[in-house]
Amino acid sequence: MNALLKASGLTKRYDGRGGCVDVDLDVYPGEVLCIVGESGSGKTTLLNALAIRTGVDSGALAYRTREGDTLDLLALNEPQKRLLSRTEWGFVHQNARDGLRRNVSAGANIGEPLMAIGARHYGRLRETASDWMTRVELDAARIDELPSAFSGGMQQRLQIARNLVTGPRLVFMDEPTAGLDVSVQARLLDLLRTLTSKLHLAAVIVTHDIGVARLLAHRLMVMKDGRVVESGLTDQVLDDPQHPYTQTLVASVLPV
Amino acid sequence: MSTHEAQAALSEGYNFAYLDEQTKRMIRRALLKAVAVPGHQVPFASREMPLPYGWGTGGLQVTSAIIGASDTLKVIDQGSDETTNAVNIRRFFARTAGVATTTRTADASIVQTRHRIPETPLTDAQIIVYQVPMPEPLYRLEPRVTECRKLHALADYGLINVKYYEDIVQHGSIATTYDYPVLVNDRYLMAPSPIPKFDNPKMHMSPALQLFGAGRERRIYAIPPYTKVKSLDFEDHPFSVQKWEHACALCGSRESFLDEMIVDDEGTRMFVCSDSDYCHSRRDDKEKEAAQ
Repeated sequence: MNALLKASGLTKRYDGRGGCVDVDLDVYPGEVLCIVGESGSGKTTLLNALAIRTGVDSGALAYRTREGDTLDLLALNEPQKRLLSRTEWGFVHQNARDGLRRNVSAGANIGEPLMAIGARHYGRLRETASDWMTRVELDAARIDELPSAFSGGMQQRLQIARNLVTGPRLVFMDEPTAGLDVSVQARLLDLLRTLTSKLHLAAVIVTHDIGVARLLAHRLMVMKDGRVVESGLTDQVLDDPQHPYTQTLVASVLPV
Repeated sequence: MSTHEAQAALSEGYNFAYLDEQTKRMIRRALLKAVAVPGHQVPFASREMPLPYGWGTGGLQVTSAIIGASDTLKVIDQGSDETTNAVNIRRFFARTAGVATTTRTADASIVQTRHRIPETPLTDAQIIVYQVPMPEPLYRLEPRVTECRKLHALADYGLINVKYYEDIVQHGSIATTYDYPVLVNDRYLMAPSPIPKFDNPKMHMSPALQLFGAGRERRIYAIPPYTKVKSLDFEDHPFSVQKWEHACALCGSRESFLDEMIVDDEGTRMFVCSDSDYCHSRRDDKEKEAAQ
């Protein structure tokens, strides 16, 4: 099987410090890859680099489109980037407020990506929006409310609906469950797991929460100081950590 | 105003039509570019004018750059020739350029306007100059100027529909009634200045050259004659213009844009044409017919 997204030697540093260094990774269709590591280990930088939301210093990044063409992501121009990120990708931010338009209703938020790629039928947009609200377990009757009327967990689900409405093949998520309380987290994780398997969605999820990784990920990458120190199947990495840092990470999960 | 008086004004130290020739050339260059790229906002070095921003400094500079001694100027504000803004700008050019002025749309070679397009159809011998307060149609939707430019460059106008979606949610229909954004020549999104959406269809395939000047925002844009101008909408909520149950109380027109006026303390209402010249000429025609 061909990789959906393939990065090799990806490096992005800030003034020669921080960021991520020399990262190789493959994401296959339908696969959930989690990147774990402590704050400042370069997880988010790597995610932004993969989603071409930031430039990189060196390395290569390739993506296989629906049509089977291989795109050199680092050579795309702005319109191509926008089209790709609107039709093939989604990006779920850590804070729902970064990913949502705050001054328009939930329905408009879900409809916006569709309008951006040319949907011009109000009735159908509305139908799709309410359908997606149901699919992310939101009350479709609240379609006309502003995002601020929803709770944190609901806003996050709204953001996920907005990202999935265009039928992407790959979704990037930056700490999607951070800042939510535990029971809400559990529901969201359950939803994410259902959606990714139902839609055969590939996902790259950045998290510092080993629990999230264990529940969602097929494969795991552990980062420290900008470098990938260990990677492999989730259970393998978590049950038999090799690198001292991974061992600390796994050992420091509080038992319930 | 007589030629003698006009020359007296010129001899007071003002150049023809107030602006110096270099400035007019600069504005004409911007105008040429604007006509070449319909609907695209062209920056220009807007000058201080002897009236405040918001009173038509952009339109004034455009008119000043294109007016010649043989032109006939009409200035309207909200459709009327008699409001302060219209009277003053008309007098300004009568004094500084000594040009003939008129209130009759058909007699004018240049019409400078604020908030309306005349009801009388314009011809290919006429130029209409719009005064524009805010040239950026995405202004309320995207606060970053750099991002707005990018959106224009990529013809990425989905945001407008997000606004219309929200309008329909809140009001049941697209609630934008003036300054209704249009797509010019299937390419650039353009703010038509605060004209009512009633006037939008008049811009489509108009034989007259349409020039837009925004003084404070320092932008000029244009629609060349016979250019497609489309008002954006939803397929199932198509663009439509305002309609009135009333006819004009003075001339009886059912086709023109009506102003609602409260005429006494009891709240009695009266609907009259906002285009005063159109209303006058219809009444004159009726009187003539009656006389015959």
